[in-house]
Amino acid sequence: MEAILFYILATLMIIFAVASVTSRKILRAVIYLLFVLICIAGLYFLINYNLLAAIQLTVYGGGVIVLFIFSVLLVHHVELELEKTSLKKKIIAGIISLLGLGITLWAIFTYTFKTATTSYSSIEVKDIGFKLLSYGDGGFILPFEVISVLLVAVMIGAIIVAKGKKLKEN
Amino acid sequence: MIAGINIYEILTLTSILFFIGVYGFFTRENLITVLLSIELILNAAAVNFVLINTYLYPDLLQGAIFSIFIIALAAAETALAIAIIINLYKLIYSVEVKDTETMKY
Repeated sequence: MEAILFYILATLMIIFAVASVTSRKILRAVIYLLFVLICIAGLYFLINYNLLAAIQLTVYGGGVIVLFIFSVLLVHHVELELEKTSLKKKIIAGIISLLGLGITLWAIFTYTFKTATTSYSSIEVKDIGFKLLSYGDGGFILPFEVISVLLVAVMIGAIIVAKGKKLKEN
Repeated sequence: MIAGINIYEILTLTSILFFIGVYGFFTRENLITVLLSIELILNAAAVNFVLINTYLYPDLLQGAIFSIFIIALAAAETALAIAIIINLYKLIYSVEVKDTETMKY
């Protein structure tokens, strides 16, 4: 059952990802990306990591995609179609990506992973919370603080950058 | 761990996603669609972190926590990049890659 669900999610993910990078209507490309992100959230649900699935749905499905849609509507006409990429560029990019994919897959399949035998059930929110706030061995308090400072800096920076010239004139 | 799925199938899936993102990054000529491709790449990396953690080291949490940091960084990066794109549109009325030739100074 879970395996079938995984295959369905994987197929959908790849189809929508390809559609997202090849669609010539920009708003549709954004919506295809939304479908990919929702499928990834489904993958997190499959391995019982509910916290990250919820974060994925709220931050990506709710935040990032809305930002993208806003920016598309601000700078483009809705019906606008993107320029066609030249065939030469497509072929070169395709060859480079296929080559990279081949090398990566070769590296993966020639390496034997030591899959753990201990039973795994789920990743609990409680453990994540304790780990994020622990300053002991292997704790994550420092990156947690750094990321909170970074988010504040980005918030202020985004406001100032998006305001643009007007700030200078005043 | 997903019953009936081994780690090779999952790594194959995430590698395919990653290189679809790379393909989009090379072929797209609009700044917003380039950003979409970057999101695909970052998501493939985050999935890799979580799944390698659950398959190889189920009693540790490092990969699970790093994926949260990746999502936070991706959101920050998107917000800042979109602010820059909107500012650029105000300045030169275009968000095509080929039209952005000069830096600020």
